[in-house]
Amino acid sequence: MTEATAVAEAPANDLGLEQDLADAVLGTWAEDTEPAFVIAPDRILDVLTRLRDASGYDFLSNLTCVDYQGYGGKLRADIDDRLEIVYNLYSTSRGGGSIALHVRVPEDDTIPSATSVYPGANLQEREVYDLYGVKFDGHPNLRRILLWDGFNGHPMRKDWHEAYYEEDAKPFRSRHPQGEYAFQEDKLPWAKNTTYPAGWDPDSWEQAVAYVPVSQAPQHDDGAHLDTESIVVNLGPHHPSTHGVFRMLTRVEGETILALEPEMGYLHRNHEKIGERNTWLMNMPFTDRLDYLNSMSNNWSYALAVEKLAGIEVPERAEYLRVIMAEFTRIVNHTWSIGFILNDLGALQTPALYAIEEREMILDLFEAVSGARMMCNYMRFGGVVRDLPEGWHGQAAYLANERLPRALDELDRMLTENEILRARGRGVGYLSVEDLISLSVSGPMIRAGGLAYDIRKAEPYGIYDRFDFDIPTLPNSDIYDRYYIRMLEAKESVRILQQALRDMPEGETLGGRGGYTLRAPEGQVYSRIEAPKGELGFYLASDGKTQPWRYHVRSPSYINLNALGPMSVGYKVADAIVILGAIDIVLGEVDR
Amino acid sequence: MFGTGLLKGLGVTLKHALDTFEDDRESVPDRYKGSLELGNNRRIIQQPIDQEGLLTIQYPEEKRLLPERFRYIPMLIWDSEKHEDRCTACGICAKVCPPQCIWIVRDSDENGKPVTRCSEFYIDAAVCMSCSFCVEFCPFDAIKMNHDYELAVYDRNPQLVYDMEELTVPLEYYAALWPTQYEEEQARRKEEEEQKRKQEEEKAAKAAARAAAKSAAAADESATAAKPKRSAAELQALAKERAAQRQAQAADGGSSDDDAATAKRARMEELKRKAQERARQRKLDAGE
Repeated sequence: MTEATAVAEAPANDLGLEQDLADAVLGTWAEDTEPAFVIAPDRILDVLTRLRDASGYDFLSNLTCVDYQGYGGKLRADIDDRLEIVYNLYSTSRGGGSIALHVRVPEDDTIPSATSVYPGANLQEREVYDLYGVKFDGHPNLRRILLWDGFNGHPMRKDWHEAYYEEDAKPFRSRHPQGEYAFQEDKLPWAKNTTYPAGWDPDSWEQAVAYVPVSQAPQHDDGAHLDTESIVVNLGPHHPSTHGVFRMLTRVEGETILALEPEMGYLHRNHEKIGERNTWLMNMPFTDRLDYLNSMSNNWSYALAVEKLAGIEVPERAEYLRVIMAEFTRIVNHTWSIGFILNDLGALQTPALYAIEEREMILDLFEAVSGARMMCNYMRFGGVVRDLPEGWHGQAAYLANERLPRALDELDRMLTENEILRARGRGVGYLSVEDLISLSVSGPMIRAGGLAYDIRKAEPYGIYDRFDFDIPTLPNSDIYDRYYIRMLEAKESVRILQQALRDMPEGETLGGRGGYTLRAPEGQVYSRIEAPKGELGFYLASDGKTQPWRYHVRSPSYINLNALGPMSVGYKVADAIVILGAIDIVLGEVDR
Repeated sequence: MFGTGLLKGLGVTLKHALDTFEDDRESVPDRYKGSLELGNNRRIIQQPIDQEGLLTIQYPEEKRLLPERFRYIPMLIWDSEKHEDRCTACGICAKVCPPQCIWIVRDSDENGKPVTRCSEFYIDAAVCMSCSFCVEFCPFDAIKMNHDYELAVYDRNPQLVYDMEELTVPLEYYAALWPTQYEEEQARRKEEEEQKRKQEEEKAAKAAARAAAKSAAAADESATAAKPKRSAAELQALAKERAAQRQAQAADGGSSDDDAATAKRARMEELKRKAQERARQRKLDAGE
């Protein structure tokens, strides 16, 4: 199946490509797994362009890399190429599943950048460059993104080891039965745990701002402008308006933003490397820490991906419980987001506190059922870990049927017609929905631009096809609509909750086999859900062992930041703060 | 008309202010209903789900009522009925622990043969992520989640590295923290023991019959008993080394054995007090 010549024609037709591109398809990745096509590196741009224009695959959802050095599985037994780039494409007009393309990276680690076809590949390619060292030809701004310039090596490569490296896979043998406690910092004192790239000197290092577009001072030779000087201003990283540790590097002229670059990575812990050391189940509590406002959705997305890979069934009651938790989470996230958009607009604290009042009640419910308010760790492969405690259902039903509708209406009354909010929000941060999609933006942002694309309807997972709910859309794609779409979505979530709480059957909550010894069968899978912030996907590859071979998180916060620069240019500094707020990021998920 | 939106919004804030104000004027405000009075302004508060107006808990005098399933840092159960640790040093908790914060040393008898008991058990609370996997997968109900969240200390090492003594709590403490789960567990354990006893009786009867037939052959096999991995001299040296280490540690901390004993007693008292408090709280809760 991997022979280039033997099967060239058939998969090209499966892909819907014309004869002239048939030779670009080298074969399929593997027969038994999700279909994925292996494309010749020098033809990838042609294939992407054709798929986008002729077949309607306009949304590059996921772009990542896998390092197959030392891969033990038989699926790749005869292949020497070590690095493989994975593209997952979707169609926002048709809905439905994805097309997966694989490109084996040639010896010199260079392949063409997809940014000319999908501008949304920007941040994802930078991440691959940073963590794997793959160079993308033609990328407009190929710098490290999550790590700094003085970082030695590319950490996601399988042969890279961190400072306190113990073993390739957990559980570590030093813990039992002879588990003498050792303090890590005694083994390797602080400051001795850092190495620099060869020939690189930390003392002479200055952070580069010499990249486009922020470095370019505008020229006003036409005489129409007063000759003013533009300056570079850092917004953040330590500022409440950045919602965490996040920096916007801007070039401003007066109050107007000429260029803006997001700078991130302050919270980077290489979640994905940790994920490859962990067993399948161990990753579950780690997903809580991605988007820490929405641990239930993160759990669900990861559980779905593993269930798809390992073919695990979920009992009926657990499906309902998952929907209930996910929709409560969506309300928590959207009210939080509304509150903090208002905060960023200068309405300090009062709207935010009113908006998150109900959040307390919901978190109390989460705590009662799972034991923690935010780090819920509630779902398992094949269901949820525990059934509801006594009295929970009544309280949840009270919230869904009485309290939440009332509270959302009240919030609506307080904010929606507010003249200041309208004045600040209308027409600010505009980007057309076509641009948003080409930048791989997902979630409420594109629905506020008028496109009714919601994975719960477009590619239903769990039991979402059973509920009666609408996908609200708004036409203007500005700050105000991005605020209001969240209000409308929260109201739809209440509708789903009412139905789910009414229809939930009795029964088992956890299917049989999903314990800590799970060995997922060899293969690869990409699975996504409509998380409150957008499309949250997990790309997993397995070689049949107890650990994932590759564990990648396609996080909506991170990829939605593609649009931050284009949306902010031309607006005032004060608007850029709200534009960021309306993207709704959580840095735990951005930096991973 | 311009400004109506603003006025509407201000109406909402006014309503919130009035709700809170009204509630505060009552002799017992809503937020204190159903809370447990501990005297001296100390209370344990349960936030009612239909609470209107603001609810502020004046920590540390006032605290929230924690739900039974609340999880923080694991604790080890001392079975006060059987007077033994429930832990058998099987190591499953250390294997499932996602951040690998559990260290177990399995004990051995005088011949160096491993026994089902741990001699040391550490949890690095600075690393623990409170996921509760250790509890989920423990086959002996020996490790449970504690509700005690006030763990702030000045140094991460060694103060947040809990040893066995610090982790162990009596069964009654656990029963007070997790009443529902405790009862389910006790019922299950009793049933299991009953079954085990029956099986063993049957087994014994069978074995007796077989033993009579094979008594001659058994005599030959008795020679193949397990040999100790380490010699007795080696073991003694090891034990000495460990004792020396412990003494050195104690000397570093500046505490003598007496101090340690007092501290232990004080901690047990503290645990007992907390368990009683918790039990009272539950009763009050159930009474409503």
